[in-house]
Amino acid sequence: MSLKLENVTLSIDGEPHIYQTNLALESGSMNILLGPTGAGKTTLMRLMAGLDKPDTGKIIWNGEDVTNRKVQHRDVAMVYQQFINYPSLTVYENIASPLRVKKKTAVEIDTAVRETAALMKLTPFLKSRPLELSGGQQQRCALARALVKGAGLVLLDEPLANLDYKLREELRTEIPKIFAASGSIFVYATTEPEEALLLGGNTATMSEGRITQFGKSSDVYHRPQNNITARIFSNPPMNFLTLNKRQDRIILGDGTLMPATDAFLTLNDGDYMAGFRANHLALHHEDKKLKFDARLNVTEITGSETYIHMEHEGNPWVGLLHGIHDLKLGSQISVYLDPDHIYTFKKDGKLALPARYAERVE
Amino acid sequence: MKINKSALVMTLYILFLMLPIYWLINMSLKTNQEILSGFSLWPENLTFDNYLVIFTDASWYGGYINSITYVLMNTVISISVALPAAYAFSRYNFMGDKHLFFWLLTNRMAPPAVFALPFFQLYSSIGLFDTHIAVALAHTLFNVPLAVWILEGFMRGVPKEIDETAYIDGYGFFTFFRKIFMPLIASGVGVAAFFCFMFSWVELLLSRTLTSVDAKSIAATMTRTVSASGLDWGVLAAAGVLTIIPGALVIYFVRNHIARGFALGRV
Repeated sequence: MSLKLENVTLSIDGEPHIYQTNLALESGSMNILLGPTGAGKTTLMRLMAGLDKPDTGKIIWNGEDVTNRKVQHRDVAMVYQQFINYPSLTVYENIASPLRVKKKTAVEIDTAVRETAALMKLTPFLKSRPLELSGGQQQRCALARALVKGAGLVLLDEPLANLDYKLREELRTEIPKIFAASGSIFVYATTEPEEALLLGGNTATMSEGRITQFGKSSDVYHRPQNNITARIFSNPPMNFLTLNKRQDRIILGDGTLMPATDAFLTLNDGDYMAGFRANHLALHHEDKKLKFDARLNVTEITGSETYIHMEHEGNPWVGLLHGIHDLKLGSQISVYLDPDHIYTFKKDGKLALPARYAERVE
Repeated sequence: MKINKSALVMTLYILFLMLPIYWLINMSLKTNQEILSGFSLWPENLTFDNYLVIFTDASWYGGYINSITYVLMNTVISISVALPAAYAFSRYNFMGDKHLFFWLLTNRMAPPAVFALPFFQLYSSIGLFDTHIAVALAHTLFNVPLAVWILEGFMRGVPKEIDETAYIDGYGFFTFFRKIFMPLIASGVGVAAFFCFMFSWVELLLSRTLTSVDAKSIAATMTRTVSASGLDWGVLAAAGVLTIIPGALVIYFVRNHIARGFALGRV
């Protein structure tokens, strides 16, 4: 099985929602669409499903052009962010519905429904109606219906976004297991970078109707090809500051000096953008770490970690620190950063130099 | 003893509301003589003769049969036409959809009298005069817009994603509409049918203009009861009582959803 989008575009009411997009997904792969709300994840999924037709371009399924094929005749299943079930049917009939349409025998249907229900822990609720169930159970029912169909392409549009934290974690660990057994192509949309990393597989980062990068999830995370991808794939968002290279010297921000060593020497002289992730900031000096001054605006303590929101030369920065730190709001503080964690981007946003630490991780 | 004032007000109000209906029933169970002879709170010579007249005289019970025939025809036509229209309005955007939608309701605002003359002339010239379908069709002019508005409101309450999920599951449009969608808007269909029924049942002007003998409605029959011996009060009252019953029956079935119907399905 394979799904290919070739030069697909879509405008709604004259406004482009998907810019020219190419994407190839392979059999048995988990693919994550990562991007903020409004990035076009749902729109792209609807194109893959055949619910909407692209203005230009082709959708190729197993080498066959299915762009104009009706959704009923596509080999897809989909789960929405809202819990969508048929309220008038029992959970059993909800799960059985795609099989009934396929005119399977009663025995086949019964076996498949009971198997999937057991997998989704829905067995005690088979006779209930969906609206009598809790949100988590409703979403399990929708997931079960998508799974039982045995479709080659399974689209999950932020399926866990409306669930509470505990349930989300639980389902998030179950979904990859279930998926591994089925061998279909999975596409999973999410706004959360952690979810993309936890689910593994491939990630396509999306922003304003474009795919900014597609590749192995950890690869995209550690080696973002541009500043937009880096921003999307960081939570809290990546911190930025200016970087100026002159021969063997590098000036970060307004005046932090650093000798240009190793890879930095390969850069042409000029202005760049430096980016680094919140978790790489520290409050204490070590080895070769660089020192930056910033004004502390807000601290958020989550129990075991502290988020510090600062302002550095007009740029909003966020730091993620282990442990609880009692800092005075509004005060000037010093934060420290290992230059190995700096990504260097060109003025147009393209990556000029990956962070050195990223070369060492898989 | 302390008097519960709100209960008192309520009781008076209900008494006031029920008084004309009680008086109608009271009259229907009296003889003409007693009705005209003076004031009596209840029938002194209880009689069912008035009802007997209606159930035995074809010109009377025929009126009920005619009315029920064209009312049911009208309800079926109105709902089956309004269902696809309401679905389109609730699911698709097309050019001028909002204007068209509002224009539909303005149809409902024109007085039926305006349409009496064109309908009469049109139906006479094509041989539809004095048929059930003539009245049923004339009433759809008022009922279809109302049904579209009510059904659209109920349909809008069903998320579009349910439609899409059904298509993804493999349902064709008609199977989806019948098996998945209709059960979800069943109460809306009930309420819309009720409103169509009630309009058509009580509408007098068009039904009287468009019929003469074969399809004469009960409302028209009731306005033509002056005989040689004067007005037949008792029979008329009995006819009135029987006219209330179908509406009361229908409203009983949709009583839980009727409020939403008055809000045209919008909550």
